[in-house]
Amino acid sequence: MMALTELSLAAMKQGLADRQFSARELVSAHIDAVAAARPLNAFLVETPELALASADAADAALQAGNAGLLAGIPLGIKDLFCTKGVPTTAASRILEGFTPRYESTVTAKLFAAGAAMLGKLNLDEFAMGSSNETSAFGPVISPWRAKGSDAPLVPGGSSGGSSAAVAARLVAGATGTDTGGSIRQPAAFTGIAGIKPTYGRCSRWGVVAFASSLDQPGAMARTVEDCAILLEAMSGYDPRDSTSINAPVPAWSRQLSASLAGKRVGIPKEYRVDGMDPTVEALWKQGVAWLRDAGAEIVDVSLPHTAAALPTYYIVAPAEASSNLARYDGVRYGLRAGPAGQSLAEMYEATRAAGFGREVRRRIMIGTYVLSAGYYDAYYLKAQKVRALIARDFERAFASCDLMLTPTAPSTAFALGARVADPLAMYLNDVFTVPASLAGLPAMSVPAGLAPDGLPLGLHIIGRAMDEQGVLDAGLAIEQRSGFSEAPQRWW
Amino acid sequence: MAVDETIVARVASLARLRLADGEASALTTELNNIFGWIDQLQAIDTDGVEPMTSVMAITRPWRDDVVNDGDIADDVLANAPDAAHGFFGVPKVIE
Repeated sequence: MMALTELSLAAMKQGLADRQFSARELVSAHIDAVAAARPLNAFLVETPELALASADAADAALQAGNAGLLAGIPLGIKDLFCTKGVPTTAASRILEGFTPRYESTVTAKLFAAGAAMLGKLNLDEFAMGSSNETSAFGPVISPWRAKGSDAPLVPGGSSGGSSAAVAARLVAGATGTDTGGSIRQPAAFTGIAGIKPTYGRCSRWGVVAFASSLDQPGAMARTVEDCAILLEAMSGYDPRDSTSINAPVPAWSRQLSASLAGKRVGIPKEYRVDGMDPTVEALWKQGVAWLRDAGAEIVDVSLPHTAAALPTYYIVAPAEASSNLARYDGVRYGLRAGPAGQSLAEMYEATRAAGFGREVRRRIMIGTYVLSAGYYDAYYLKAQKVRALIARDFERAFASCDLMLTPTAPSTAFALGARVADPLAMYLNDVFTVPASLAGLPAMSVPAGLAPDGLPLGLHIIGRAMDEQGVLDAGLAIEQRSGFSEAPQRWW
Repeated sequence: MAVDETIVARVASLARLRLADGEASALTTELNNIFGWIDQLQAIDTDGVEPMTSVMAITRPWRDDVVNDGDIADDVLANAPDAAHGFFGVPKVIE
């Protein structure tokens, strides 16, 4: 039999149900894989004892016939989700030593379904980044390497620990969060699947806030079906999140269908940007052919305000971040810095200077500036209006199509350190993922092939609000036709 | 709109961020680059457009105005850098 860590999440469920192996065996194999993969720096905290306790509970439940959807499944949790009794840092010094006294809604749901948490996964500090290089605890190194090279690559971000851990077969799946592409871009960079559901599907309660009107938890795993299973367990109405959607969670995984007969897939012409990487463009064309082969009708659509999405995002997200991060004041939790005898204001300033990294400080500055007197109308209010236009573009385009297909990212994974000196170049990574975030729409990246450099590329599917099923179905259609089964060669 | 070091210092003060030596100058350059790019938004016609204030068209739920948690002072204070006698400790604010 295949190594237990190579199985898909769905195959693990089947194997456990058939008693081919126990949850303890499955979880132990993954604990060993995690321990052997420390050079990746994917985990900030490892929790093998907790995972084994969950495995034993799962074995008992499987025996008793009352096992939950994820009984005994080894998962990693992005360290942005508060986990009761397990340190939660958001990859920031300012939260170092913070141990939540409560459980986030999403992780509570996963544990209720029987999942075994192997640990907390590294990320960009407060999820602000596209390469996992802003983490206060060091970057995550991608398990992938370019053909003929051993130069370290980024795993994407901000959910870079999640993408690396799933791609390296350390976990069956992982939680991510997506504010402007933080699930989809790292999924594309590491050859895995990742879905950001409709804004409001997964509760934000207990998730460390970055930009509240954009933040959305989602699922990352190696197959589309695995993502569907994981997302089902994570989703659902939560009265503690005022933007939670009160709607039943469909059985996405059971209803998965790769037949797209009767579906119209829109190709937004504005995504065909100048200087597009020819490999990315060729793969996009290939994706169109795959979806046509699956029965879809392909139509051209227009999203006229696409170019405005990134600048809009870089007003809205920092503005919300500067408000959300005002809570880190050295009083209630986390770091307090500065000498004894300082004033309250001096303590705030010393704490925030010592606790926040460079990118976080930069975004707090942008956000505070665009919200400050004299600039609010020109920047923040303007951005909210353009955001309304971007959402309206999608509404109009979805009158003539059911789904959209685009590339996920403009390139394959880049080298560690290649873009840290240029914030704008880093921001441009999210050019294809940010518009759907601004409109709150469900979207996913599926692995579609390898570029000539031997690194994975993803295709991006955007759906109407609440149509995760359509997105997953198109993802499955691509997955079946791409036949993508490449995994990183182990070097760690 | 150009950002200068005076504006950067004022914004940092509003954000309660102490800037290191030389950081104001570096941030001024970075923010000017970023805002130079963001300023393309000014060219978009937004006359008569209502700003987006809610991502999904949902009716925000109401709940009864009653206490639904509490009596967890120990939990609330557990992570405080300085807690004593059931309170958060802060530097002296009244002379």
